[in-house]
Parts: sequence; structure tokens; C-alpha cells
Amino acid sequence: MDTKSIDKKIPKYINPYFGGVLLGILLLVTFYITGRGLGASGAVKSAVVTTVEKVAPQHAETHDFYSKFISADHSPMFNWLVFESIGIFIGGILSGVLFGRIKKLRIEHSPKITGKTRLIAAGIGGILFGFGSQLGRGCSSGAALSGTASMSFGGLLVMIFLFGTGYVLAYFFRKLWI
Amino acid sequence: MGPLIPLGQIATGWDFVIALLIGIAFGFILESTGFSSSRNIAGVFYGYNFVVLRVFFTAVIVAMIGLQYFDYMGWIDLNLIYILPTYVNSMIIGSVLMGLGFVLGGFCPGTSYTAIAIGKLDAIVFTAGLFLGIFMFSELFPLLENLYYGESLGNVTISEILGVSNGLITFLFVIVALIAFYVTWLIEKRVRNRITEYKF
Repeated sequence: MDTKSIDKKIPKYINPYFGGVLLGILLLVTFYITGRGLGASGAVKSAVVTTVEKVAPQHAETHDFYSKFISADHSPMFNWLVFESIGIFIGGILSGVLFGRIKKLRIEHSPKITGKTRLIAAGIGGILFGFGSQLGRGCSSGAALSGTASMSFGGLLVMIFLFGTGYVLAYFFRKLWI
Repeated sequence: MGPLIPLGQIATGWDFVIALLIGIAFGFILESTGFSSSRNIAGVFYGYNFVVLRVFFTAVIVAMIGLQYFDYMGWIDLNLIYILPTYVNSMIIGSVLMGLGFVLGGFCPGTSYTAIAIGKLDAIVFTAGLFLGIFMFSELFPLLENLYYGESLGNVTISEILGVSNGLITFLFVIVALIAFYVTWLIEKRVRNRITEYKF
């Protein structure tokens, strides 16, 4: 009886191979329609450029990096990846509603660490991921997934070194997860 | 004949509508396969949950085979598909930082958006971190410019580097994926038997 009641708490996720086939078809359709793959970190970059342009316009316009993404006729937020990322958020809400996973704000963490530790690790992780995504020309979606699927050598490099580093360093951070 | 937008077969005003719809499908797939949970994702590094490897590898081989097939049937012009350019040192260092960020934060950018959608505070902090990290990179860009643009190989493909056909690369990916699916299935079964910190 006890194991039955635990079984019922299992989150209802769809089969990963089925999900993978759906994602592969979506990626193929995206290439077919747009000629490019999926992405995610680009939207945050647009938000950074927009913020800096609003706060310090002169700094942004003369800066080697920001100026690459600023154009006179439209805001950096008027960008394909920004709309796609808003879509990711909406898609997450739709699936969350359908499977009953939307709940009040909460922190998910291993019982071995506190919520505060989890937030600090998440924040540092985000900073490193954001910084790295710029050197890597994309994150796990744009470079590793879409890059590799379109046979980009750089995409394969990102996939190997991103996951490889994770495996090499996982031991040192095991308390965060198990 | 595709790709449709680069060939001008879709009016430009539809770009952002298409982006939004593709994003919705992407977010739905990520959330419904369990990528809105950092502990599901991090399982790939500890052997208790290989959902990331399964979804990721399946998607890569489906899209790869699909692109080869569309090319073979003459439905798509692969020359118009964007090949992410390769900057060896910059990409390796960037990926190492991302790998460290991944194992610390348990999310990548796309998955953190879906986790925010279902109410994860840690995902909000992760995304704020992304913003800060990209801001720090941008401000330091003048110092990093040589690294950023150095060791450029251009829009080079895996097949060009190895001197073999796209078909062979696709075939090798399928073989590697099938082996990985089987091996990780064995590992996961063993690890799950002795792990208590994580509810499945």
C-alpha cells in the first residue's frame, strides 16, 4: 500500500524518447522555416543590451560589444530569439497547467542543503552560464543542440566540453543534488 | 523548397508570430519531459536520471536524419542553413564555464524559463544570474576581444573537419546515441536502487 501511494506522487512526465522525437521534429521544422535552429540565451543578451542602452546610451553606442546589436530603427528586444523565448515561457505555462505542476513560488533542492544554499548555487551557476554562453556563441539550445544538428563543428565542441566539464566537476558538487 | 524565410516564401511580418509559436512548442516539450526541474536535469551527471541525454540525443539524431532526408528529396537547400561559426578557444573556454554553471545551477537558459513558468524561485535566481553574467561579459568585452575572435575556422561543418560525408556523420551519431541509451539505462537502474535523496 505504501509503495502505491508513493507511486501516485510521481510527476507525470512524457516519455523522454517521445519528447526527444517531438523536439527533433520541431528543430527540423524550425530549420525548414527559418534556416536557423532554436535558441535561448540570445533573449537575455537582448535584455542586457536594451537595459544598458536605456541607462547609458552613449556607453552602449560606442562599446565594441553592445553596438553590434543596436540598430537605429528598432529596439534590440525586437528580435527573433526574444519572441521565441517568450514562447518558451508560455509553453512552460501550458504544459504546467496541463500536468498540474504550476504551484506557488518554491525552491527545489536536495534535502542535504538549505534553500539559501540552493539559491546561491543557482545564482553563481547562472552567472557562469551567461558569461560562457557569449564565448560559446550560444548555450545548450543554440550551440550544442541546433549547432550539432546542423553539423556545425563549433556546436559539437560546445556539446562535448559543456557536458564533459559537467561530468568532470560533478563529484565536487554532489551535495547540491544527491 | 526550404528554408522558407531565407528564400522569401513567407512575408516578413510573420517572423515574430512564427518565433512565438515555435517557442511555445519548445517550452511545452521542455516542461512536459521534466526539464523544469533542476534535480531531474542534474541527474545526468550523477546517474539517477538520464532524461537530458535521452531527449537531447534523440532530438539531435531526428533533426540530423531529417535534414539529410529533406536534402536528398530536394525539399531544402542545405547551403542556406545557418552553420554556427567555430572559434576554437573561445568556444572551449565558454563551454567549460557553461558546464560548471550547469552543474552548479542545474539549469540551462531555456529550461530555466520553463521552471519560472511553473513557479521555481531558484530558476528566477538562475535567470537573474544569466543577465548578470552576460552583462559582466559585455563590460569586459574589450579585454576578451582577442579570445572572442581568435582561432576562427569560419562556418565549418563536422564533415568538412573530418573529411567524410554528412551521411556517415549522421550514421555515427545514431550508433553512439543507441549505445548511450542502452548503457545509461543500465547505469540508471543500478544507481536508483541505492539512492534515497531523490524521489522518482
